[in-house]
Formats: sequence, structure tokens, C-alpha cells
Amino acid sequence: MTNDPKVSIRGLYKIFGNDPQNALQHVYNGMGKTELLETHGHVLGLQDINVDMQPNEVTVIMGLSGSGKSTLIRHLNRLIEPTAGEVIVDGENVLDYDEAALRQLRQQKMSMVFQKFALLPHRTVLQNAGMSRIVRGEDEETANLAGQKWLDRVGLGGFEGQYPHQLSGGMQQRVGIARALASDSDIMLMDEAFSALDPLIRTDMQDLLLELQQDLHKTIVFITHDLDEALKLADHLVILKDGYVVQQGEPQDILLNPNDPYIEDFVSDINRARVLRVRSVMKPLNGADSFAGVVDANDNLEKLIELSGGDTTYAYKVQQDGQDVGILDMKDLVRALVPAHASESTVTR
Amino acid sequence: MAAYDGLFQTLGLSDWCDQNKTDGPMTMAELLAQSGKKSDDTASAEPATSFWDTPFPSLDELNQSCKSIARTRDMTSWVEELFLSVKDTLKFVLDPLTQPLSWALDGSLWLFQALPWFVMIPLLLLVVWAATRSWALIGFVAVSFLFLSFIDHYVPAIQTLSIIFVCTGFCVALGVPIGILMSRSNALQRFAIPVLDMLQTLPTFVYLIPLIFLFSVTESKLYGIAIILYAIVPVIRLTDLGIRLVDRDVIEAADAFGMSTRQKLFGVQIPLALPNIMAGVNQTIMMSLAMVVIASLVSAPGLGVLVLRGIRNLELGVGLVSGLCIVLLAIVLDRVTKASLSRINAAQQH
Ligand SMILES: Nc1ncnc2c1ncn2[C@@H]1O[C@H](COP(=O)(O)OP(=O)(O)OP(=O)(O)O)[C@@H](O)[C@H]1O
Ligand SMILES: [Mg+2]
Repeated sequence: MTNDPKVSIRGLYKIFGNDPQNALQHVYNGMGKTELLETHGHVLGLQDINVDMQPNEVTVIMGLSGSGKSTLIRHLNRLIEPTAGEVIVDGENVLDYDEAALRQLRQQKMSMVFQKFALLPHRTVLQNAGMSRIVRGEDEETANLAGQKWLDRVGLGGFEGQYPHQLSGGMQQRVGIARALASDSDIMLMDEAFSALDPLIRTDMQDLLLELQQDLHKTIVFITHDLDEALKLADHLVILKDGYVVQQGEPQDILLNPNDPYIEDFVSDINRARVLRVRSVMKPLNGADSFAGVVDANDNLEKLIELSGGDTTYAYKVQQDGQDVGILDMKDLVRALVPAHASESTVTR
Repeated sequence: MAAYDGLFQTLGLSDWCDQNKTDGPMTMAELLAQSGKKSDDTASAEPATSFWDTPFPSLDELNQSCKSIARTRDMTSWVEELFLSVKDTLKFVLDPLTQPLSWALDGSLWLFQALPWFVMIPLLLLVVWAATRSWALIGFVAVSFLFLSFIDHYVPAIQTLSIIFVCTGFCVALGVPIGILMSRSNALQRFAIPVLDMLQTLPTFVYLIPLIFLFSVTESKLYGIAIILYAIVPVIRLTDLGIRLVDRDVIEAADAFGMSTRQKLFGVQIPLALPNIMAGVNQTIMMSLAMVVIASLVSAPGLGVLVLRGIRNLELGVGLVSGLCIVLLAIVLDRVTKASLSRINAAQQH
């Protein structure tokens, strides 16, 4: 741990139903999701979630439909109240906040982007973008200035006077992102922000987000059910299933060492050569100095296969920021392309 | 010899029955026989003997065999006494509360009539322009009012219009807040919906009756209240519905950005519910117009008075022509409110 986490979720449980506290006792005693629903009629939304979200990082929460992703992200700004647990933001437990402090948090520290955009249909694009400023009580001029700045930044200059229904889905979501950015909050929550967009626009938006993140260094919590998207964006990947965390960590690490058949299924369809990076499969420097060439630690494996022409006898020197950091043996590379299984994963490690 | 004599004898209650005979007002049957147009009522005089003719054991019927049992007319007089006993307290509370309504009605009647026609008609056209921006409608409204004036129905028409303006104003001022409260609380909604149903289904004459006892017929608030009670229902209903129908995602976004309840209400919920609220206002206006005619029975001025004269004096022409004027007014009001409604809709389609 280099830093204190920006957001820290501790022992979080959420149970939907009439008597969640009572049902919680059963869950503490080891009852599972299906059994709880059958015997007590309560839905176990989240169980024992512990996640640290580092500042300036993109934490991606991934899982299939119904795994509790939306429920989890709504606990961060308390759109949903937990049944048990803590949500700590900048060292303060959000659950101790009264209404005023909570509004303060939502206005200043956290902003949110929604799957269905959720723009105000009766307000112009500019008014929507500056909304968070008006809510905070700032005057219209400041709000418009901030709105304008971020609309320009997301490539929507010239559309200020339009209404949301006059824009395409991709453009509406750009407004949604501008709205979230205009509040200058440290933390940005994005609930399947790109899922409603078609694939090309979606790639554009992912690139836009990464580009913005390079300048802004926000703490982003991003939800998706798409593994490609998750791997592209994530610094830290959390995989949810039936309301609990199956595995979390560096995305490359999860890909190479899945600890659950559920995750193996997830990663089996992925183009590993394109996603895996040299740094994840290289070996430490061992004094050898006959290399076929020099590669960057962040190159993906596809690029190396192309470089080597498919010859597995080669080895490359790996550099990062001009420093020698390791050796890549093409045989290791080929081995990494075969999906690992949960049982073997400990051996490879 | 009444039908249930035998019953009381076998029960051994004859003594108790004869103990305190009631000689109250006449029975329901006698009352109906008296007011009805001489219907064939000889049957009730002869007590039924055959099994097939056994009457239902109603209060009146039982009373014939057992004088101790109260008759239905006694019951209605209890209801009457109950109402009369709370009347003074009710009046004491309601009178000052509803006084502003009288002032508003009288004030606006005076104002609408004080302004000469050549000021009033352009003023109305200006309102139509502000609400609809449609030249066609302005032309239609102008022609309608010129026609009404030409056939000397300008004054009653403008009186009716003034009453509708005031009553609709009160309906909106009261109905929108009530609708908002209803949309916030399911308990209140469960309680309010039967009340609203009752207000809408009760024959309008029925709530004129207690109102006549409460307020003097010369006071304008009497008909004002009758109109408002009847016409307020759609505004309340549609405000409640409109706010409940606001997109939940948008509400969630408003919460996520830390809007206060107030900001959410005025910045999001009311603007997004506005098309529904305006549809309610349109219905309210049409219902006030329907009621203002009936309210002429209790001294509401306007076109209704002429219709009433047509009925009372069998002046067929007077009644029909003023009826036509009411239809014309209804079309004008409906078109203008619908046009402004569709302008709102166009501004916020999504
Ligand atoms: N208000 C609620 N009442 C009862 N159960 C709920 C409620 N909200 C969510 N759930 C349940 O909690 C579980 C998780 O739901 P959630 O919406 O968080 O899933 P998700 O991962 O976001 O799925 P999706 O990808 O479809 O959006 C589901 O089983 C759902 O049925
Ligand atoms: Mg979801």
C-alpha cells in the first residue's frame, strides 16, 4: 500500500426485505443467497464486501446481471442504506453522516454518471452540464462557465442550446460526463456508463475517459459487465458474483491466475495476446545479455509475436521508462496465452 | 293488523311495544305518497295477508306492529338534528376561512363588468396569445366573443367566465399542493382517493343541500365552494399521478448530485409533471363550467341563470340560445387550454 485508500468498504452487507436485521443473523451463520430467499423471502444483495479504492485509480467492478454491482456503487453515496458495514471516504464513515453532511458529500466529493444518462429533459445541454454548481448554490454565471468548459472538453462545444432529446445517445452521455466533471469532485461513480452505447461509440467513450483520467487523476469507480471494457480501463478489478467478491486485484494478475471457475469462464473468450502485457509475463533480470531486441514493459503480447515473427527461441530485454526491468522469453509468452485453470494457478505463481 | 304482529306476540314483546308509542312524523310511504304524483298507494293501506305479499321487515313496517321501534322518518330527522347541532360550530370555523373566496368572486365579477367590452375583449385575446401563440385560435376566440356580444349575451358570458377564472385559480392553488402531498405519502393517497371518488360521483345537488344550511344564499362563496369541491378533483389526481410518473432515473440523478427536497420538487418534479398538471387544469375548467350552470340555482350569476329561466318559464328560445352560448364558451376554454398544454408538451418531449 503506497497510499491510504480514498474509499474503503468494510464488511458491507445489504439485504432487501421487511426484516433485514433478522435475516442478517442467518447470513452471519452461513446461509446462502438462494436459501435465504427460499426460507425467509429476503434477497441477499451484498455480502461481506471489503474493497479499497486507491486515489487516482480506476476501480472497475465487474459481474453478471444481478450480481449486485449497482447496489454496491449506490452505497458509496448512500443512495442505498446498508444493512451492516462501513463506507469510509477520506477517513470518515459516510454512514455516520446526517442529511446535511450527506448532501455536502454528494455535492462536493462524489459525482455520478448513469447508464440511462438521466439528464434533465426540460433543461438545455448547458444547464444540465452546470447543474451540480446550481445545486450547490453557485450563481448561474459560474455554473455556465463550468458547464461550458467541460462541454468543450468532452467535444460538445456548439451544442449548448440544444435539449437532451435532440442529441444521440453517445452525445447525451458526453453531457452526463461533463455534468459529473463540472462538479470538480474527487470521486466519480459510473454505473454501466457506456453499456447503452453501440460498440464504436463505446470505444470512443472509453478512450475519452482514459484521456481525461490522464489529466485529472480522479478516483473513478466504474461498473461494467463487459470484460474487455474492464480490462481496458481497470487499475484495480473487482469481480462480483451473487453479491460477494470472487476475486480482486490487478487485472493482468486475475487473467493469469483466476481463482474460481466462474472467472475462468469469464476470461476464456478473451483475446489474451492483446490484453496481456509484457510486464505481466516477464522474468526478473538474470545477468544474461544476448537479446533479440528491446521491448517496452507495457507492450501487449500481440506486438511481440509480430516482432519475433513467431520464433519462440528469442528472448527480449524489457525496459520501462528507459530502465531495464526484466527479460521476456518467448516460451513464457506462448505459455501465458493458454488460459490458466484455477487449480494450477498457484503453480504458475 | 300489520304483517309482523305475530312475530312480536310470539316473542312476548307486546307489552314493551305498547309501552312508549311514538307518534313521530309521517312514514316514508306517506311522505312519498304525498309528494309523488298520486301513485297507486292503496295497497299500503291494506295490510298484506298472503305469504307472497309479505313486506320487507323495514323500520316502518316493524313500527306498525311494535310502536316502540323507531320509524325511518325518525332516523332522517336525527340526521337532520345532528347536522343542525354541529352547524353553528362548523359555520363559526368555515365562515372566516372561506371569506376570501367571496371577496375574490365578488371582486372579479365587479372588475370583469367594470371594464368596458372594448377593453375586455382585447385583454382576453392577449391572454390567449400569451398562452397559445396561435393566430388561428385568437381569430376563433375573437369571433366567438363578438358573436356573444352581438346577440346581447356578453354580460352573462363574462360573468360566467369570471367565476370560472376565480374557481380555477382556487382549485389550482389548493389542488396542486394537495396532489404533491399525496404523491409523497402512500397512506395519504389511500385515504384521499375514496374521498375524491366520492366528490366526483356524488350528484351535484347533494352537496348543495348542506351548503345552503351553512351559508346564506346571498353569499357568493356558497356557489364558489360547490364549484371548487366538484372541479378540484382532476387537478389533485393528475398532480399526484404526474409526480409519481416522473422518471425514477432522473430523480436518482437529482439525489446523487445532492439536491434538497425543495430543489428536487421545484427543479425536477413539478416541471416534469407539468404536462399532467395542465391536463388536470383543463378538466377542472371544463368541470367548473358544468357546475356554474347548476350553481345558478343558488344565485350564481351568468349564463346559467338564463338556462334556468328557460326551464322555469318554459321560454324555449331563451334556454336554447343561452345553452348554445355555454357550448361556445366551453369550446373556447377547451381549445385554449389544450393548445397551451401542447405547447408545454412540445417544449419538453423526451
Ligand atoms: N429494491 C430491491 N428490492 C429487492 N431486491 C433488489 C432490490 N434492488 C436490487 N435487488 C436485488 O439485488 C440483486 C442485485 O441487483 P443489482 O441491481 O445491484 O444488480 P446489477 O449487478 O447492477 O445487475 P445489472 O447488470 O442487471 O444492472 C438482484 O438479485 C436484485 O434482484
Ligand atoms: Mg445495474
